[in-house]
Amino acid sequence: MIKLQSLSVILLALVLAGCASTATEEPVEPVTDTVDEVKVTPPEPVVAPQEYSAFDEDLNPRMPGTNRLLPRTYYFEFDSAVISQDDLASLEMHATILRNNRDRSVVIEGHCDERGTREYNLALGERRADTIRSYLTSAGVSPRQIEMVSYGEERPEDPGNMEASWARNRRAVMIYR
Amino acid sequence: MRIKSVSRTVFRICVWISVAGIGTVQAAQSLDTIIIDAGYDKQTRIAIVPFSQGPEFSRLQAFSEIVEFDLARSGQFAPTARDNMLSYPNRAEDVFFRDWRILGVEYLVIGRAGIDPAGKLKVDYHLFDVFNEREMIVDSVTTSRSGWRDAAHRISDRIFEAVTGIPGAFSTKIIYVLAQNSGMPNAHYSLELADADGERAKTLFSSNEPLLSASWAPDGNSVVYVSFETGKQTIVLQDLQSGARQLISDFTGINGSPVLSPDGRRLAMVLSKDGNPEIYVMDLADRSLSRITRHHSIDTEPTWTEDGRSLIFTSDRGGRPQIYKVELGTNFVERLTFEGDYNASARLLPDGQHLIFVHRRAGIDHIAWLDLERDDLRVLTQTALDESPSVAPNGTMLIYATQVQGKGILAVVSIDGRVKYRLPSSSGDVREPAWSPFIETL
Repeated sequence: MIKLQSLSVILLALVLAGCASTATEEPVEPVTDTVDEVKVTPPEPVVAPQEYSAFDEDLNPRMPGTNRLLPRTYYFEFDSAVISQDDLASLEMHATILRNNRDRSVVIEGHCDERGTREYNLALGERRADTIRSYLTSAGVSPRQIEMVSYGEERPEDPGNMEASWARNRRAVMIYR
Repeated sequence: MRIKSVSRTVFRICVWISVAGIGTVQAAQSLDTIIIDAGYDKQTRIAIVPFSQGPEFSRLQAFSEIVEFDLARSGQFAPTARDNMLSYPNRAEDVFFRDWRILGVEYLVIGRAGIDPAGKLKVDYHLFDVFNEREMIVDSVTTSRSGWRDAAHRISDRIFEAVTGIPGAFSTKIIYVLAQNSGMPNAHYSLELADADGERAKTLFSSNEPLLSASWAPDGNSVVYVSFETGKQTIVLQDLQSGARQLISDFTGINGSPVLSPDGRRLAMVLSKDGNPEIYVMDLADRSLSRITRHHSIDTEPTWTEDGRSLIFTSDRGGRPQIYKVELGTNFVERLTFEGDYNASARLLPDGQHLIFVHRRAGIDHIAWLDLERDDLRVLTQTALDESPSVAPNGTMLIYATQVQGKGILAVVSIDGRVKYRLPSSSGDVREPAWSPFIETL
């Protein structure tokens, strides 16, 4: 509960921050650079300083205001493409990050467990990716920032064939570009 | 549980090391064949006498053994053990029917293999009806010396047809996907072509990205399949003779389930370019597309009716995946399956009256058979995670993919469910089989 509350506080702060930057069209560049980063930055002023805080060195998004990476994998129930309530807060953070960084895009991969036929699972995987996509676009992310690819049951996260493995394989993964 | 998963990991590591030792390109290995259930109570008793064959042939090139194994695998024949034979004739004049009547043998096959003056392989063979003391076939097969297996399978086809009245399908081929290190970062996929008995496997295409949904052109000269080689789903048509590959479809989203029409001119497939998986038909001459289904549900896995006028497909428009039929002229849709909450991946038998498909019962996927007129459904397989059924062109057997102890294997079952054999691969997981149409191999 405490965790959820603090998340929603962060979320609220983030939404406000997002509104502020979009209102001025050009993102304001707050001086948040650390000392050693300043040494590197002068030759490349194109990079917006806020990217340092929003993404890690692999360009994966951080939880706003922290060093921790934002979860990029979302799991689904058997034969379902419904997003879990527990995942909404972190998806909202992805939406905020993508809204604030219109030059970044994301590929949403949809995956299934091995039960059912391969082609039906490709369709189900796409449906999973699509529910994530719909969530992001309804939260203001441009459709142009999002691509989807369904791998169906072809790329399991866990090759085992018991429910514990299957649960890990029924997922959508966000890959930032 | 823990012990089991540890041992599996160890096994996978061993496999990985052995593959790495051989090198990145691994030659395709043929499939093994294990007969699980020979089925019938009353099998036709047939004796196939070892063929006489000159020193030009290796001992491994045993024609009669291939014929014997073909007929045994069909489940309809019980070949006589050669140790029990009282004589070993190779010519018609040396046949004494009483030697075979005593053993209860109904049919007798004899033959001779040699090299003809043109340097070609020639096999002469005879089929006798023992009880009626009648010669049913006297024939010879000529082929290149490397085609000795084709000669043997052709003989099996003729014998099968002469006795059962149904054309044999032993000269046919299968394609399937071999997946190595499946589920690991170094996964590797290859599309393989092999004889129907799993022998002479060769790689048609390989990729580090998934391959699936391979099916045959009706003339047997090319295959069409789904490849993720570009990182996205694409449909590729590949000529078997030249190996030339042609990109057919790479729309945004799903490009799946490609199946050529009976006349080979149209391709049914699934595209989600308009936001949702729908069935489309492409005219291959001008690449024009017609959208067949319009529904917000999943529509997938099309297959053609024999007249090319309708498609049978899977849809969850009723809430759960079921099998439907759509008439192409009118777009009239009819639901075909009602029993069970998961029916998918349908294929029609050559008679057009029976459907085979994946049927989930108590949470387990099996292959089932449905008589469309009598609405009679039978479960044919007892394995789990069964998928991708594909029917032999003579309609007697079907091949499908299943798992045994976590390993993907191919399995074959007769249409009545009584005869079963398995085709595992020692090279990796095998899946997505498709049985060829009748093809010319000689």
